[in-house]
Amino acid sequence: MIAIWILLAAGVALLLAGSAFVVARRRPGSRFARRRRFEPLPPLAGRQPSPEQDSPPRLTTAPRPSQAGAPGDEAPGAPPRMVERLSRTRGVFSSAVRAMRSRRSVDEGAWDDLEEALLRADVGVATTAELLAGLRERVGAGELVGPDSVVAALSAELRGLLGIPPDPLLAMADEGPTVWLFVGVNGVGKTTTIGKLAMAQISAGRSVLLAAGDTFRAAAAEQLAGWAERVGAGIVRGAEGGDPSSVVFDAVQRAQARGVDLVLADTAGRLHTKVNLVEELKKIARVAGRPPGHLTEVLLVLDATTGQNGLVQAREFTEAVGVTGIVLTKLDGTAKGGIVVAIQRELGVPVKLVGLGEGPADLVPFDGDQFVEALLG
Amino acid sequence: MFDSLSDRLEGILGRLRGRGRLSEADVDEALAEIRTALLEADVNVSVARSLTAAVRERCVGEDLARSLTPGQQVVKALHAELVNALGGDPLRVTYAPSPPTVVMLAGLQGAGKTTTAAKLARWFRQQGRNPMLVGADLQRPAAVDQLRVLGEQASVPVFSEPTDPLMVAASALREARRLGRDVMIVDTAGRLGIDQVLMDEVSQVSKVLSPRYTFLVLDAMTGQDAVATAEAFGSALSLDGVILTKLDGDARGGAALSVKGVVGKPIVFASTGERLADFDLFHPDRMADRILGMGDVLSLIEQAEREFDREVADESAARLIQGRFTLEDFLAQLQQVKKLGSLSGVLSLLPGVPKEMKSAGSAIGDEQVAQVEAVIRSMTPEERRRPEIIDGSRRTRIARGSGTTTQEVNQLLRQFRDAQQLMRNPGLLGGLLGGGRQARLAEMLDSTMGDPALPAMGGIGGMEALGAGLGGGTGAGSLRASKAARQGKGAKRKKGGGRVTPRGGR
Repeated sequence: MIAIWILLAAGVALLLAGSAFVVARRRPGSRFARRRRFEPLPPLAGRQPSPEQDSPPRLTTAPRPSQAGAPGDEAPGAPPRMVERLSRTRGVFSSAVRAMRSRRSVDEGAWDDLEEALLRADVGVATTAELLAGLRERVGAGELVGPDSVVAALSAELRGLLGIPPDPLLAMADEGPTVWLFVGVNGVGKTTTIGKLAMAQISAGRSVLLAAGDTFRAAAAEQLAGWAERVGAGIVRGAEGGDPSSVVFDAVQRAQARGVDLVLADTAGRLHTKVNLVEELKKIARVAGRPPGHLTEVLLVLDATTGQNGLVQAREFTEAVGVTGIVLTKLDGTAKGGIVVAIQRELGVPVKLVGLGEGPADLVPFDGDQFVEALLG
Repeated sequence: MFDSLSDRLEGILGRLRGRGRLSEADVDEALAEIRTALLEADVNVSVARSLTAAVRERCVGEDLARSLTPGQQVVKALHAELVNALGGDPLRVTYAPSPPTVVMLAGLQGAGKTTTAAKLARWFRQQGRNPMLVGADLQRPAAVDQLRVLGEQASVPVFSEPTDPLMVAASALREARRLGRDVMIVDTAGRLGIDQVLMDEVSQVSKVLSPRYTFLVLDAMTGQDAVATAEAFGSALSLDGVILTKLDGDARGGAALSVKGVVGKPIVFASTGERLADFDLFHPDRMADRILGMGDVLSLIEQAEREFDREVADESAARLIQGRFTLEDFLAQLQQVKKLGSLSGVLSLLPGVPKEMKSAGSAIGDEQVAQVEAVIRSMTPEERRRPEIIDGSRRTRIARGSGTTTQEVNQLLRQFRDAQQLMRNPGLLGGLLGGGRQARLAEMLDSTMGDPALPAMGGIGGMEALGAGLGGGTGAGSLRASKAARQGKGAKRKKGGGRVTPRGGR
């Protein structure tokens, strides 16, 4: 009898899936159609608001000439700490590069060492292969001689790939409340990042309102409320299980009414594969960008321990809501977060902020040089 | 989960399978591709290397030269190595002689410890135990609140106090004894493996609790760092295994393949969705099947046995056999399937389901299911039994009643008709469960049983036989039923049977 149940279950499941499949194919905006339309984002600094473009949400790039948006610039007692924190991990995986350097010539073993170092840092097979192919060519042409120069050239290329962070790092709108939206899969640290960023922005002299858009996870709003109290920001909360868009809407309205500069909107963690949740996220982004609100940043929070799936996440979220930058969290552990190299290479989405610990001041602007240095040990 | 890895491997192995002879160079080429596929799936660099080396060892040599189906040899070798890499046998949970049996969870921040704790509590409840949840994560704001909410959902009491983790652990033990709870699940704060202070703390908590089981909770999306994390926690705590979370995404789960290889700790549980029910013991052999694209019907059967309402299911099953499956049965069945967790989860366990359909399945939320329900509930009992009487005006009424459009009502009816036909035809029925991929598994089983004639046959046939086998398994235990099906298939394999795509899907 059990086998029959299974057939029934399978039949019902397939019936439902079949109907969704048909519907999805018919709908022009569905993920099946969208995938093909995807193009990498243009460089962030050059983004202009384009009226005919509805989604991804309208971005306002209105650099305030004098004010830098970087939290680390203003955060008390937060000089460039990235290298110092990252150095904790140095030596864990650097043996491959060290082995490479100690070789007398650049032979096959040396290439294997380099490959292993990059793969272990989660840079990914495709990016690694491309980087190494370029280097092999240059070694073949006699341009690079000896392991040291190869490592130096590799680090230069990685730095080139990572690019220069945009200025200002995080864009503010000219007038009306600016909204920064935080998206990502479950458990990457969105709420914590918002708390830390709120503190930095408040100490930079901005007024901040938090929107508790994570209405799904049990007690997520409490967690954000804890941060709001700690850093002295306002908070707008909705009912648990309520509509997150309405929370964001309320937050923008309140920010407008009270003349608050900045709304930091939290969202529930969602896997990029859950189509309905991604649709919900698009709606949140639409609501956040509706006047008087200006959605200037959509930040994808990414856990540094994430492997190759990080690229898929970045791609899907960028496609859905136009990610403008990445916050790489938990970089103070042993993970190297090399996946951001692949993300930058394929999607052109820059890393903007880096989370280096649990303290409120442990969120700093991304520094490509230091990152590469840590990556290669 | 594992889908893209299995797609890749299938492509590589598919090319080998057709060949009559394989040279060492062919094998090496395939192995290089397999290595790349593994690395792209976040399998640890060293593990990928040793795994391919081991497969090579098994393949190359006289066996391969003599085999009539060298491609199968490679598949078989890879399957064996995957099972090996994933951890051999599933965990058999035993309980402490003097309760409570303490289960401690540790891991990085955001791995999913708190949710896992609640899922584990629900699992123990299903095993007939009386679990208690302990919130020892006093670090993350509102973590204990989260646990309380989840505990309520799982109908499991939650204990915590705002002191420090050590004191919480000690008083939780007293509380569990006082309340007569025989299993205690302790959620600890997330920490980095290199944070010495917090690692010391967690090992002290462990000393107070002397847990029967200590599990590391690991995110399936973790990259190369998975191994470093597991090593760090392994040195501070004596780990008994790993719980893999967030397997419902499209992460390729290479972490799963790496941890056992490097740290020697098997994966014991896996969490495959946001709901508390999306959680179960981890079966390495089945996971290997899944990675190689062979589906996982056994897990589905077990899940169904646990969650289904036997009476309702039996009744619908009887009607199905008699060819009288109505919309009423469908509605009842829908309620049952909902208990199995997410639809995409169910689909991912089925072999031979087209990929597009799987991703469509993941698009179906509770709302769509509710809509289908609403349409059926808006029909009269007569209409549900005999949908052919639904004419224009009835359709309009149903659409209005369910808040849908007539097109949507039409679509449902059409698909139900298709599905009905599908279910009436035992051959197609078998095809549903025995799609081409499953056939390969059967083939492998068969070839290990030493039947020389079988591997030479086409890889995808015998749907009817499988269907009959499943039907014949009525009343038998789940495993036996499924085995019977496989054997039945082997016995009656025919050549021309192609893969059958359920028509309801197009």
